[in-house]
Amino acid sequence: MEAYLVAIGIIAAIQVLLALGLTVQYGLTGLINFGHVGFFAIGAYASAILSLKGVPLPLCFVAAAGFAALAAWPIGLVALRLRDDYFAIVTLGFSETVRLVITSEAWLTNGVQGIPGIPRLMSGPGMLPQVFVLACLLACCIAAALAYRRIAKSPFGRAIEAIRDNEDALAALGKDPARFKLQVLALGAGLAGIAGAFYAHYITYLVPDQFVPLVTFYVWMAIIMGGVGRVSGAILGALLLMVFLEGSRFLRDIAPGLIGEAEMASVRIGAVGLALILFMIYRPQGLVGDYSRR
Amino acid sequence: MSLVLTDVQVAFGGFRALDGVSFAMESHALAGIIGPNGAGKSTLFSVISGFIRPTAGSVSLAGQVLDRLAPAARARRGMVRTFQVPKEFRHLTVRENLMAAAPNQAGESLVPLFFAPARIRAQEAAIRAEADATIARLNLAAVADTPAGRLSGGQKKLLELGRALMVKPRLILLDEPFAGVNPVLVEQIVAQVRDLHAAGIGFLIIEHDLPALSRLCPRLAVLDRGRIIADGTPAEVLADTAVRDAYLGGIAA
Repeated sequence: MEAYLVAIGIIAAIQVLLALGLTVQYGLTGLINFGHVGFFAIGAYASAILSLKGVPLPLCFVAAAGFAALAAWPIGLVALRLRDDYFAIVTLGFSETVRLVITSEAWLTNGVQGIPGIPRLMSGPGMLPQVFVLACLLACCIAAALAYRRIAKSPFGRAIEAIRDNEDALAALGKDPARFKLQVLALGAGLAGIAGAFYAHYITYLVPDQFVPLVTFYVWMAIIMGGVGRVSGAILGALLLMVFLEGSRFLRDIAPGLIGEAEMASVRIGAVGLALILFMIYRPQGLVGDYSRR
Repeated sequence: MSLVLTDVQVAFGGFRALDGVSFAMESHALAGIIGPNGAGKSTLFSVISGFIRPTAGSVSLAGQVLDRLAPAARARRGMVRTFQVPKEFRHLTVRENLMAAAPNQAGESLVPLFFAPARIRAQEAAIRAEADATIARLNLAAVADTPAGRLSGGQKKLLELGRALMVKPRLILLDEPFAGVNPVLVEQIVAQVRDLHAAGIGFLIIEHDLPALSRLCPRLAVLDRGRIIADGTPAEVLADTAVRDAYLGGIAA
C-alpha cells in the first residue's frame, strides 16, 4: 500500500507541476494553451534521449526545460499576435504535430516502438528510490510555486495583469504585450518540460501514445476544478483529479463483476467529465478560485 | 520634431473613413481636431498611433516614417495616446495603473526579477514616488488605492492622462478628453493640459465639444466625412462657412 501511495504521489506531483505551468499561462495571463502535452512530450523525450546517450541526469532535466521553452518561442512569435481562440487552436495543432514527429522520426525517438530502459533518477532496492523521486518532485513544485508568487507580485506580474485587463492600453503606453506573453508561454512550457523529464525517468518507457491531447485536458480539468489563477488551486485540482482517476480503481473492488477491465477507462473519463460539469454548474470558480477576479 | 500626416486614407470596405488627410504640427504645439460624430476623428488617432493601418498615405514623427511600426514602438518614440472610451486596467489600483505605465522597468523581465531583486526594489520605490507625484498633480489622491474600474468616467480620463504622463512623452494625443465628463472636471483637465503644455509637452486633442476646445487650442482643424475642411485659429475656423455647414448644418436645418 505504501508503494502504491508513493507511486500515486509521484504521478500527482507531476500533474501539479503541469498544472502550475498552465496556471502561469492561463491563470495569470489568460493564454489558452491547448498544447500543454506537446511541451511535456518534448521534455520527456529530450531528457530520455540525452540520458541514454550518457548525459548526466541533472543536465538532462535542465535540457528538458530548455528544449520545451525553446519550442514555445516560435509558437509564441507566430501565434501570440493572433486572437485568443486562434492561439488555442494553434497550440493544439502544435502538440499533435509533436506527437506525429516523435511517431515518425524513428531515428531519434524509435517511433511507435518507443524508448525502453530510460535510467531512473535513483536505483536500488526498496522504497528509497521512489521516495527520492517524490522528494525531488515536491522540491520542484515548491520552487515553482514560490517563483509563481514572486512573478505575480512583481512589476512583471503587474504588466501581465494590465494585459489581461486591456492589452491595447498597454501597447499604447509603449509596451509590447506579445513580449510578456512570450516569456509566460516559455516559462509554462519549461515547467511542462521538467514534468516530462520526471515522467520519463519514473515510467522508464516512452511511446508516442502517452502524449495524446487528453493529457492536456486532464491538466485543464485540474486547474478548473481547483480554481484558476492560484497555486493552491493548481495543487488541489491536480490532487482531486488523481482521486477521480485512481478512485475508479477502487470502485471496481467495491463492486466486483459489475464493471469489466475494458470499461474501466471509460468510467474513469466519464467520472472526471461529470465532475467537471458539476463544477461548472455549482462552483465555476473552482475549489479555491477567486470569482471576482476574472 | 514634428508630426506629419501625408494623404492618409482609410477605407472600410467601400466606406472611406479617412479620405486623404494631410496634417502637420510641431510636437510641442497644442492643436485640436474637431468634427461631428462619425467624421473619422478616432480613426485618425488609430492611424497615428498604429492601431489601424491606413489604406494609403503615411505618418511620420520627427522625420521618421512610422508606417511599419507597431503601437508600442510608436509610443516609445515619445507619442502616447489616450482612448475615447477609457481603457483603464480595471483590476489594478490607480497607483498601480500609473506604475504599470512607467517605461524601462527591469522588473518586467524575468531574469533580473530573480537575480537582481535589490535593483528592482530601488526602481519600484522610484516609480512609486513618481506615480504618487502624478496622482497629487491630477488630484486623484483620494482614489489612489481604488481599483480603476470603480472610478467615474471623468476620473478615468484623468487616469489615462496620468498614465500617458508616466511615459514622459513629448506629444500626447487625447481622444475626446471632455466627453461624458462633468463641468468641474472639464475645467480641471483644461487647466492640466495648459500647465503641461507650458512645461513643454505637446498635445493633439480630438473633441466634439467645440467651446472647450476652442478656448484651449490656439489652432483647430475641422474633420468632416474623412476630410480636413478647415485649419486655423479658432476664430478663423468658426467663421468658415464650410465648417458652419458641416458642424451646425444639422442643427440649423
